[in-house]
Amino acid sequence: MVLEYKESACSGCRACQLVCALSNFKEINPAKAALAIEGQFPSPGKYTVHVCNQCGACAEACPAEAIYLDEGRYLIDYEKCISCMSCVDACPNKVMMTHKNLDMPFKCNNCGQCVAICPRDALTFRE
Amino acid sequence: MLYGYAGTTLRINLSNENIKKEPLNEKWVEEYIGGRGFVSKILYDELAPKTDPFSEENLFVIAMGPLSGCFLPASGKTHFGTKSPATGGYGDSNMGGHFGVTMKYAGYDVLIINGKAKEPSYICIDDGKIEIRSAEKYWGKGSFAVEKAMKQDLGEEFQILTIGPAGEKLVKYACISHDFGRQAGRIGIGAVLGSKNIKAIAVKGTGSIPIFDAEGLLKKGKETYDAIRKKPGFKGWTPEGTAGITNWCNDVGAIPTRNFQKSSIEYADQINGKAILDRLKITDKGCFACPIPCGKYGFAKTKLGEAFVEGPEYETIAMIGSNCELKSIEEIAYANYVCDELGVDTCSAGVVISWALECYEKGILTKEDIGREISFGDLDSILYLLNEISARRGIGDLLAEGVRIASQRLGQGSEKFAIHCKGLEWTGYESRNAPGMMLGYITADIGAHHGRCWVLGNDVAGSAEAGSVHDLISGGRKTNRLPKAKVDGVIPVVLHSQHTRPAFDILGTCRLQYMEIGLEVDYYEELFYCITGRKIKWEDIINVSEKVWNLNRCFNFREIDGFGRSYDYPPARFYEDPIPDGPNEGHLLKLEEIDLLLNQFYQARGWDRNGMPQKAKLIDLGLGNVAEEFYS
Repeated sequence: MVLEYKESACSGCRACQLVCALSNFKEINPAKAALAIEGQFPSPGKYTVHVCNQCGACAEACPAEAIYLDEGRYLIDYEKCISCMSCVDACPNKVMMTHKNLDMPFKCNNCGQCVAICPRDALTFRE
Repeated sequence: MLYGYAGTTLRINLSNENIKKEPLNEKWVEEYIGGRGFVSKILYDELAPKTDPFSEENLFVIAMGPLSGCFLPASGKTHFGTKSPATGGYGDSNMGGHFGVTMKYAGYDVLIINGKAKEPSYICIDDGKIEIRSAEKYWGKGSFAVEKAMKQDLGEEFQILTIGPAGEKLVKYACISHDFGRQAGRIGIGAVLGSKNIKAIAVKGTGSIPIFDAEGLLKKGKETYDAIRKKPGFKGWTPEGTAGITNWCNDVGAIPTRNFQKSSIEYADQINGKAILDRLKITDKGCFACPIPCGKYGFAKTKLGEAFVEGPEYETIAMIGSNCELKSIEEIAYANYVCDELGVDTCSAGVVISWALECYEKGILTKEDIGREISFGDLDSILYLLNEISARRGIGDLLAEGVRIASQRLGQGSEKFAIHCKGLEWTGYESRNAPGMMLGYITADIGAHHGRCWVLGNDVAGSAEAGSVHDLISGGRKTNRLPKAKVDGVIPVVLHSQHTRPAFDILGTCRLQYMEIGLEVDYYEELFYCITGRKIKWEDIINVSEKVWNLNRCFNFREIDGFGRSYDYPPARFYEDPIPDGPNEGHLLKLEEIDLLLNQFYQARGWDRNGMPQKAKLIDLGLGNVAEEFYS
């Protein structure tokens, strides 16, 4: 399954980021969400949601082989991660995330909470 | 642990650049919950009596609520408070967007600013790091331009609030702008920031808000979003947002026209929500966590200019549109953009400009006074006046004082049609055949504002039950003439609205989920428990709301010489001139009816005949210390 953003559908509310961080970190903190919203204002006036499409570029870039494929999504083995952040630089969609309170990066695990909550139906899973 | 709160109050004294962080006062939390409650408590307790609104000593407060920033629909409200330069009394204003939630993620529930910066400055809050920086490069520039420049300079992750040139020039209805189209518009809040030499506040926040039951919040939050999806208004109201009410307001004869000379128009289809969708809209633009985005961001092109702009919302359609007789949505949207860029409230500006246009028509203001010819319906006239006001140039200097002072200075009978209460200009609802709405306007703590009470649906329906706004407008309303609205029975309806609407301002969320599409308040009780760990009933929140009403009323008695009943009347037009045509033709509220309403209202509130809260009432509400001050 591949997470996709439906062009022009986002209204920038960030409910997806709230539910993502709450589901995966048990925290209210959009800065710990595994997807990003980019607003382009005042011109041309649109939002783009950057999501992980599980392309695997992070796994290819990881020198510690800490990122592995599991049921269609790439996950991080934190036992192996050496915090080199090579994966962050390698991510073409800029969704290998970091947070100043976390030593290691984090990423989308295809949990689907964002798809379910989005009030504008801007996020979908493609089989 | 104070769950649901960031836990810190940030105090900034601009005069000596003293920056202090202190634990959030738990007594405030216990007694006032948050947001508007905090604003009210802080202004009453900490502002020295009779402080001049533009003096260094005035306070500028930003406060969030326990629900702000949390996982529930539309938890993104930011509340501002100060002693209002428009009214000289209690002032608060709020806006949506993403600013307040980011303040909480940065670690602050409350920001209290006093003093005055030595030079034009902005405040930069980067999580725990606070700096007062020079704003020399931004001073004099428009709101959109500054927000864009500051995001480029600081980073997209910063949320920015800014004033425009009008705030710098102390225009008494200058607003605060944020997120390319959100405003805290009312009571001259932007002018107070300008008086402190603060052009903008930038904040970046990456921390977490402590939550009592994160799993419970995840479950309840999802249930709440699901409940909203199932409301008919989710699909019915959301597409047009607040502009969707335009036709209904026109059909019930409530749309202000030509400075409230009339209350219906022939061109509603040219300026309504559908016109926005068909002719302007690029994208829905939602505030933080909002599933029903009322913001409609678009592009407007006119013969005098073009712009990207959010809105216009209904209030702007009514006050800059029909009230100034702009007859196309493009022209209204462009004037909306100019207001936003200059940093003036579209409601107050609409009243001031329409008053000036009427004065000109009546010969009270001349071509020489104005500097040119002006007329209703002429975009060029309106843009000219907006620019003069924001620069305080020529006639603009008088108009920048607001319609009360401008009409007092000009005289010649112009006070009669200066449409304000307590010095705050009216908003988008003609109330001469809407006694509940009229009472709401004239008794609101900040002056004539619909945000405190909106019962127009009840007035039109003639009953206590009116349903959500979606229910009202989806039912439609076409009538040649409405009967005179019932005056009896409006008091409980008004009190209910006056306590309910600001309750959301206390929690730190937007009321529109409840107001527009009818989300039940029960959800907030359970969400409040998951977030804070404290069990609360909706009526407990309503009780705090009533306490705040009374505290603010006392604030006005303390601050405004001669304050009382005489401040609770509408302009004479509303009780002397019947509406001349349209669905409400021939109707008005007579002065004796207004007196009757005030008598009943004061009695129901436990206030005396001058509108002063009685000692027993204050004590009953837990305001014994305030009672001591007034009744010792």
